[in-house]
Amino acid sequence: MKKVKYRPSAARIVFLSVSLFFAFNIQLFAQDEPQDSPLSGDEADRQETVQGPQESNVEADASGGDAAAGKGLFNTLCAACHKLDGNSIGPPLRNIGQERDRDWLYSWIKNSQALIASGDEQAVAIYNEYNQVAMPPFPQLTNEDIDNILAYTDAPKAVPQEQQAGGEAATATGGDSGISTDILLGILAFVLVMLLVILYLVNKTLRRFAAVSGVELPVKEKRAKPIWKSFVENQFLVLMTAVILMLVGSYFAYGYLMQVGVDQGYQPVQPIHFSHKIHAGDNQIECKFCHSSARVSKTSGIPSLNVCMNCHKSIGEVAESTATEEYSKAFYDGEIAKLYDAVGWDVETQSYTGETEPVKWIRIHNLPDFAYFNHSQHVEVGGIACQTCHGPVEEMEVMYQHAPLTMGWCVNCHRETNVRTAGNEYYEKVHEELSKKYGVEELTVAQMGGIECAKCHY
Amino acid sequence: MSSNKKYWKSVEELKGSSSIVETHSQKEFVEEIPTDEFLGNKETLESSTTSRRDFLKYVGFSTAAASLAACEGPVMKSIPYVVQPERIVPGVANYYATTMADGFDFAGVLVRTREGRPVKIEHNTMGNTGANARVHASVLSLYDNKRLQRPLANGEVVSWEQLDREVKEKLNSVNGQIVLLTQTFASPSTTKIINEFSQKYGNVRHVVYDTVSEDAALDAFQSRYGRRALPNYDFSKAEMIVSIGADFLGDWAGGGYDAAYAKGRIPQEGKMSRHIQFESNFSLTGANADKRVPLTLSQQRAALAALHGYVTGGSSTSDLPAHIDDALVKAARQLRKAGRGAVVVSGIPDVDAQSLVLSMNESLGSGVMDTANPRMMRQGNAAQVKQLVADMKAGSVGAILVAGVNPAYSLPFADEFIEGLNNIDLKVSFSMKKDETALLSDYVAATPHYLESWGDVQFTTNSFGLMQPTIRPLFDTSQFQDTLLRWSDNNTSYVDYLKQTWEGSIGNGSWTDALHDGVFEGTAPAGTSPVSATEGAAPQVGNDNTAVRNLSAAKGEGLELELYTSVAMGSGNQANNPWLQEMPDPITRASWDNYLKISRADADALGLENEHVANGALNGSYVNIKVGDTVLEKVPVFIQPGQARGVVSLALGYGKKEGIQREMQVGVNAYPLYKDFNPHQKVTIEKAGGVHKFACLQLHTTLMGREDIVKETTLEIFNSQDSHVWNSMPQVSLNHIETPVTSPDVDLWDGFDRSVGHHFKMSIDLNACTGCGACVIACHAENNVPVVGKEEVRKYRDMHWLRIDRYYSSEDTFQEDIDKKDNMSGLGDALSQFGELEMASDNPQVVFQPMLCQHCNHAPCETVCPVAATMHGRQGQNQMIYNRCVGTRYCANNCPYKVRRFNWFLYNKNDEFDYNMNNDLGRMVLNPDVTVRSRGVMEKCSFCIQRTQKTILDAKREGRAIADGEFQTACSSACDKGAIIFGDVNDETSQIAALSEDDRMYHALEYVGTKPNVMYQTKVRNTSEA
Repeated sequence: MKKVKYRPSAARIVFLSVSLFFAFNIQLFAQDEPQDSPLSGDEADRQETVQGPQESNVEADASGGDAAAGKGLFNTLCAACHKLDGNSIGPPLRNIGQERDRDWLYSWIKNSQALIASGDEQAVAIYNEYNQVAMPPFPQLTNEDIDNILAYTDAPKAVPQEQQAGGEAATATGGDSGISTDILLGILAFVLVMLLVILYLVNKTLRRFAAVSGVELPVKEKRAKPIWKSFVENQFLVLMTAVILMLVGSYFAYGYLMQVGVDQGYQPVQPIHFSHKIHAGDNQIECKFCHSSARVSKTSGIPSLNVCMNCHKSIGEVAESTATEEYSKAFYDGEIAKLYDAVGWDVETQSYTGETEPVKWIRIHNLPDFAYFNHSQHVEVGGIACQTCHGPVEEMEVMYQHAPLTMGWCVNCHRETNVRTAGNEYYEKVHEELSKKYGVEELTVAQMGGIECAKCHY
Repeated sequence: MSSNKKYWKSVEELKGSSSIVETHSQKEFVEEIPTDEFLGNKETLESSTTSRRDFLKYVGFSTAAASLAACEGPVMKSIPYVVQPERIVPGVANYYATTMADGFDFAGVLVRTREGRPVKIEHNTMGNTGANARVHASVLSLYDNKRLQRPLANGEVVSWEQLDREVKEKLNSVNGQIVLLTQTFASPSTTKIINEFSQKYGNVRHVVYDTVSEDAALDAFQSRYGRRALPNYDFSKAEMIVSIGADFLGDWAGGGYDAAYAKGRIPQEGKMSRHIQFESNFSLTGANADKRVPLTLSQQRAALAALHGYVTGGSSTSDLPAHIDDALVKAARQLRKAGRGAVVVSGIPDVDAQSLVLSMNESLGSGVMDTANPRMMRQGNAAQVKQLVADMKAGSVGAILVAGVNPAYSLPFADEFIEGLNNIDLKVSFSMKKDETALLSDYVAATPHYLESWGDVQFTTNSFGLMQPTIRPLFDTSQFQDTLLRWSDNNTSYVDYLKQTWEGSIGNGSWTDALHDGVFEGTAPAGTSPVSATEGAAPQVGNDNTAVRNLSAAKGEGLELELYTSVAMGSGNQANNPWLQEMPDPITRASWDNYLKISRADADALGLENEHVANGALNGSYVNIKVGDTVLEKVPVFIQPGQARGVVSLALGYGKKEGIQREMQVGVNAYPLYKDFNPHQKVTIEKAGGVHKFACLQLHTTLMGREDIVKETTLEIFNSQDSHVWNSMPQVSLNHIETPVTSPDVDLWDGFDRSVGHHFKMSIDLNACTGCGACVIACHAENNVPVVGKEEVRKYRDMHWLRIDRYYSSEDTFQEDIDKKDNMSGLGDALSQFGELEMASDNPQVVFQPMLCQHCNHAPCETVCPVAATMHGRQGQNQMIYNRCVGTRYCANNCPYKVRRFNWFLYNKNDEFDYNMNNDLGRMVLNPDVTVRSRGVMEKCSFCIQRTQKTILDAKREGRAIADGEFQTACSSACDKGAIIFGDVNDETSQIAALSEDDRMYHALEYVGTKPNVMYQTKVRNTSEA
């Protein structure tokens, strides 16, 4: 398991800066080589998801539809059940305008059930193929609207921008800053080194001149006693040093012992690479949308897989733009596939197989058994943001333990945080009385009795 | 100059050549050091290649490896649901109402489940069935390690399909009668299913067998009112209760009467009920009575006849001893005076007696007895059971299906039953365990626990309960009803069948409402009365005169034996439940045993002894008991103060050997003595060798006149005198002025301001507490209290956070104790009389005092803890922090109430303590909100802080103030008698605030100045004679 220490150490900083320095150097050379992005290999697999093709690639369709307007309509009305490529609840819609008769499409979209009822062969066939799931009628759409949608769906599949632009663009985008700073830094470093060499050479030359011209250079007188010897002989100094060493030693020993069992920064490898960054960060999904039990329960609850499937039923793959250098699109798609395996979702037939395999997540935040913690108390009653304890989850590609979760850390917060009493009838009386007692308007958790032992240990 | 003195240690040395001296000079130790024994077999030792050096290497390596491995924390997995059930939120408890009905205990309950597993039983406040200790403990029986997991055929595991196929084939081709021998289900739908089954196969006989028979009462009721049922009683209406041998606070007639009884025992407006108990065995009911008259079993009959005479205004010709006769006359007078509030009950197993009781209550015009809505919880018919066994032996029975009972263990004539089984071709047992009967059966249809089952229960004619599963079946089991439906070729599942049965007749609510409430009023649906010959012809009972004549003729000669059911074990259905085994009997305070209770006089006559050994534990003699030609060997003897002379008593339900863990195979099986289903027997006993070791939590402790622990008074004084007379505040002398001990002037400590926020207090009403022990078990379940086993209990290392102390009086009443103590003068008196005060009287008064951590505001334990592991909370709780405790036990030593419990060992996951916490199944009962304690820490009652905190959190989340009654502890919610009230005293309108101002309120050992948050309400006895 990968265990990352969150606390930066001096050695780490040095190591990082050195590697950073070299990284830039490598990149300098990398600019010269022909760009062979790893992405290009996956070209065949590349597909666009609901975002659709890049605007620039879309040209007006022959029927005169407005693809931009169509995209909006598609995303609001169609995307819940249809993907451009690949099965969802309904069939893929890429190039549907070309494959089907336009008038047939108009009547299908406006009221598919009527069409099926009329016994239209095509309609009945497609209805049966997709498990007889009725497509809701869209009588509000005009023919023009439908044309717009079709213009959007008929647009050719996007070829990713980076690929189009080729290595040139990559150099342009990736290299811009590189040249301006890295090369300058390199030059500066070179100049510095040169200066040092020159200085040394000058010094050497001067000394030689002096020797030749017989100038007597002042020589430092050697001490009679080495400094360490006089140090050893001075008992006071020895004593003081010993005391200081002991104090420093115990300081570090204490520090070491205090971190035993503290797993701050614990970042285990999970069975499914779940990225909080993509969910909570990029897509702004509220924490409690998935961790709903945090509202009512002591545990925040790891979402059950049916919660994942609320969205992932229709999101079978990630967008191209989601992929990062570290994690490719294929990687993320593979992780979604793991979810499907676990929950028993057959992508082909878009149905559950019933064969499930619970995901064995590795618990990151482990409180000892004798400490009671209740999420709803903090999240619902206290109105504490999840990030207060869990850190910038929305930036975490891989989840880790942000807080030390030590008792000192809990108690500190209880001493500093005010209780959210406003508008809560429960607190009315006790707030009034305690405010009078302590002569303050706002009460901390500690003043409410929140650092009594048995409030958390029972 | 050196001395020539010769020093010698022994005269032997002075002799010239002594062999002893020689030996001693050669050897350091006189005896051979048993090194060989220590090192084991010498040969193996020599052949071993492990040298000492190797050994040290291994030790070194493993120590290093272990410490290195310990540096890395364990990886914990967290596995969410694949599809989370809608109603389950991890960490939030769900409650379901269901009904327990195991043929002995019938009760409506609420089940708390966490993540789909039941963890706690609460009594259902909507019903009035109550819930005793066994009901509370039944949740642990669900997780019984000895449960049968799959159906068996001839001892081999089979599939249900195979079992169904084979049994059906055999049922169809059976030669002779098919007999269903079942417990009392009291279930209308089950009766209907049995009727259908009878129709399908024809020739079916249904015999209902109650392990502990109520046959006499059933027969008497049937002959008088035409229905086989038991009269119902509402003791809350009673003003005058006379019981002759009826343990109605125990298991008499199905039990569950204690809550209503307790209501009438709390003095209100100067009134409370009066209760006179005539009995032989010292029962819980006798302990609660205002007046208890011990008498022999035959005297009970005569007493009943005499009472009938006095009540009906006549006289009696009985030759009862004068004091009994006198008590009867007074009782009759009071009964007549009480009119509608009068009630007579009796436990005499005799149709005449029971018939006479019904007649007496009728003539008194008792409003307490209810014959219109009688109890249906006992349906057994002893005559039919006897007939069945005779038929079995005669070979006229072709198939027997045994459900819910274990006749091979519990029948008095089990041998004959087993013999009869051999004549039967098809023997099927419906059982949760591989018990004695299951072992003798061809097929064992594994049945689920009631918490996994559907069902309906008819408590009384018009009150019903529904049973619903609270957990998925743990094992491959099938309910009796489901199996019978399949065998009747009915494809409906039992739950659908149940719904169909009740359609339209479920009172005035819907099915869902009824299921939600768990109990409902209604009438039994059509087709649910038994059609087979269960009822039989009504037994012939003579009129009152013949009954009186028969009863008066009863003559007692020699020793009599009364068989009773103990509070913990009942009929023995849950004998494999360690909570119940470790629950001390309320009277004897002994756990893990049954024993022959005997009076001191009889014990002395027979030379039987109870003796306290050095560590305070109790040892007792053994006896052999002989009833008829049945002999029970080596039964331990327990000398019981208050036991009637000439009567010994023994609890049923112990001594089970099959389907039960070895540790729980305790006591002796008394069922073989239960001849003719009659708990009253003639007996001879003789002393046997050996010494029995009892595990008592408390010995024959008397109160010795110490009013500081338990205060009691009489109703007369309570009504007529000022409270400081009968509930005086202890005084201390301050500057030669008597000052109340609660005064701040005499306090060592500064007071804290507890007026802000919640301040929890508990009030325990000694009048309402019957000592039933439901709270003790509830506390076990709620707080993960470990079971420590008999050996540890014997050393007083029991872990009960809440115990119910039982005190005897030394004289006949506590008042006499006090008088005796106060009137002592001089050292001589003190020396002799204090010694006498230690001995309990022959008929002592009893008081029960639930004792738990008093949560003292000035707690002595807090000041002595060197690591501040126990301290006071603002809400009044004395907090115990396990992770801080280092186990010095100073706190326990300094506690005046002795309520702190120390974990001498690791009680979980430890093979030495192989109880529920040592297996995965048993651990499922643990409350996830409470820490499981480890070795070396102190623990004690926490005032259920996990529950008060939850109540507070719920209120905070909903943004509301907390209503009175919301704060509950496990014990207060388990006490259906209202003896334990818990609440926030800072809420002026609360019940607890009122109770803290009550005249009866006092604190235990007030003079110590601990200022406890637990209050007691003075016990008041109604001693008014007519």
